[in-house]
Amino acid sequence: MALVLNEEQVMLKESAAGFLAEKASVAQLRALRDSNSERGFSDDVWREMSEMGWAGIAIPEAFGGLGYGYTGLGLVLEQAGRNLSASPLQSTVLVAASVIGELGSEKQKEELLAAIAGGDKLVSLALQEGPHHAPLRTALHAELQGDEYVLNGAKVLVLDASAADVFIVIGRTGGEPGDERGLSAFLVDADTAGLTIERRSMVDSRSAGALLLADVRVPAGNMLGEAGAAWEGLARALDIANIGLAAELLGLSTEAFERTNAYLKERKQFGRVIGSFQGLQHRAAEMFAELELARSIVLQALHAIDDGEQDLALQASAAKAKLCEVAQRVTNEAIQMHGGIGMTDEHEIGFFIKRARVAQHIFGDYNYHLDRFAQLSGF
Amino acid sequence: MSDLEQFRQDTRAWLEENCPDSMRVPAKGFEDLYNGGRNPEIDHPDQKLWCDRMAERGWTVPHWPKAYGGGGLNTEEVKILSQEMSRIGARRALDSFGISMLGPALLHFGNEEQKLEHLPKIARGEIRWCQGYSEPNAGSDLASLATKAEDKGDHFVINGQKIWTSYADKSDWIFCLVRTDNSGSKHEGISFVLFDMDQPGVTARPIKLISGSSPFCETFFDNAIADKKNLVGEAGNGWTIAKYLLTHEREMISGFGAAPKKSVGQVALEAIGADESGRLANSALRQNIAQYQLDTLVFAATMARVGDEAKAGQGLGAASSIFKYYGTELNKRRNELNLAVSGEQALGWEGEVYRDGTLSRDWLRSKGNSIEGGTTEVQLNIIAKRVLGLPDA
Repeated sequence: MALVLNEEQVMLKESAAGFLAEKASVAQLRALRDSNSERGFSDDVWREMSEMGWAGIAIPEAFGGLGYGYTGLGLVLEQAGRNLSASPLQSTVLVAASVIGELGSEKQKEELLAAIAGGDKLVSLALQEGPHHAPLRTALHAELQGDEYVLNGAKVLVLDASAADVFIVIGRTGGEPGDERGLSAFLVDADTAGLTIERRSMVDSRSAGALLLADVRVPAGNMLGEAGAAWEGLARALDIANIGLAAELLGLSTEAFERTNAYLKERKQFGRVIGSFQGLQHRAAEMFAELELARSIVLQALHAIDDGEQDLALQASAAKAKLCEVAQRVTNEAIQMHGGIGMTDEHEIGFFIKRARVAQHIFGDYNYHLDRFAQLSGF
Repeated sequence: MSDLEQFRQDTRAWLEENCPDSMRVPAKGFEDLYNGGRNPEIDHPDQKLWCDRMAERGWTVPHWPKAYGGGGLNTEEVKILSQEMSRIGARRALDSFGISMLGPALLHFGNEEQKLEHLPKIARGEIRWCQGYSEPNAGSDLASLATKAEDKGDHFVINGQKIWTSYADKSDWIFCLVRTDNSGSKHEGISFVLFDMDQPGVTARPIKLISGSSPFCETFFDNAIADKKNLVGEAGNGWTIAKYLLTHEREMISGFGAAPKKSVGQVALEAIGADESGRLANSALRQNIAQYQLDTLVFAATMARVGDEAKAGQGLGAASSIFKYYGTELNKRRNELNLAVSGEQALGWEGEVYRDGTLSRDWLRSKGNSIEGGTTEVQLNIIAKRVLGLPDA
């Protein structure tokens, strides 16, 4: 697929840009934060997004989605990144729908993907257990007793934890932490006995939380895929998730850069705008170059999902590592170049650096993915 | 069978028959490619044969019109030719500044007489060209050039000095920026002229570089003569042509950033070894190499994206402004990594054990990539000003 957007994609991008700027902007994120919103996003805005089909944008038409592919979803995520729009796009549409798509049976896909596409159900992946993304280190214990699995363990950084209707809990039915073999995925309803959901306050003001599972019992039929064989599908879903997060980071970084560049043309010191100083100009030009490179790898990686490319894992780690690097540089420079005003809560630029670090961290940061990129490159 | 399929079949058959085996091995570098000219440097007798056969079909410049010695091929056919050449590992038959720089400028700005006179000789490799741009006091500030051309009716008399003239000592003709008028701003009054180097008023003296080679010269003009019919465009309009041509030069130099066949990571693994997890044993070096290979992949994706956007009729986007800057910086990084990976082996200067110092000499030569054709700093100035709209100091 050529690395250009077609007409349909350009229209989608423009309508997403317009809608999110109006309904889910940084100002709305601030309002959600200041009102201590339990769910962390506006249900009304999410309903409108669902009505436009965004909840099922990458879900195939056969399962009630729009079938625009991940390139389509990536364009919406990029605009969500620009506006720091809080919504279940990441937790449910990007991550959970991909895991279900990879691991679910036809019946599970028919039920769950249709419910997600219709905006009727929020689903979130519960994977991480320690302070870092380390999926193979999963230790959550899952044991078959009769026709039920009994789950015991704890999870952190579960996106939209307080709003989700269903969790996809990754646990171990066999093997040791570090093994690919033995990982399984379970659908756990939010109101299941033994499940405690703890809402946690994170730096990005988005709603993530921790789960405590104490003798949580789920029917054996709630398993996604085969017992102990979830790794391959999960890994692919994580590649997709990381490419989607890279798209979000692309929008976020581009917006932070454009706001900073505008400030360079406005702020005066020593009797002239600070953007006339070469010390700042060259740093701005280098950031521009990095953002152009970032845009290319995100688009190439999104196409790699839709085209079913063999090197998806390499493309995913390349995209996430590069976008982590670029987002970190651009948001740091954004604060520095805004000077004192950039340190104030009143100014919006601080929201960008906060969300950037969380999006960078989720499902593996720069160090994780650069290491993986090197491994996949054979050294 | 479609016309293109037929073209591919014919091309494949012709190449099989006409490309000598010795030309199916990669060139060792730019120095190893055939450059043509009145007194060509011939490393292998097949070089000239291969060039002549290709030129016969216009395939040294396949995309140029047939009337000017080109192949008259459309974009798809050019692509097929290039694919078929790669298939058998055939090297380019002719590599010259006439093809990469002067040709595009003449096609764009030259009159019919100039095109008919000069382009076919470029296509056939008969005349080797060099570029007279930089002067001792006009480097990054090229427009302040002072080489003077006096109007003498049917010709100009040229006096002054150029520097960093690539291969001037081996070239037959020069395309040169000269000052025909001093009255206006520095960008006005510059003209673009062509003249023969084989005349008493022209002297070229090679400059020895830190890499030990001498690809550049100082070139002196002492009452050199340029025929007026070889003034390209209007007198005083040379800056426009110079800028157009520089974009072609920058494209060529940014191509240095392309990934080499064997990745640096692979070479490092062979040289240094792996730990028990299969990772390169030195983790600091591993991170540097991984970041370099990541940036190489991302740069290639950007070249592909800009190409696809251009094909889709969206024009050359702002992204193209980063090519020269980023490609040359990448190439410098690769050369530094070669040194780090190969250690003592990369520090040799002469002798077979060091392959005549290929690694160290390439490394030193690469330092010039971010200076020649507009320094990295000038490229960043251009992005800041033209793309980001930041004001002058």
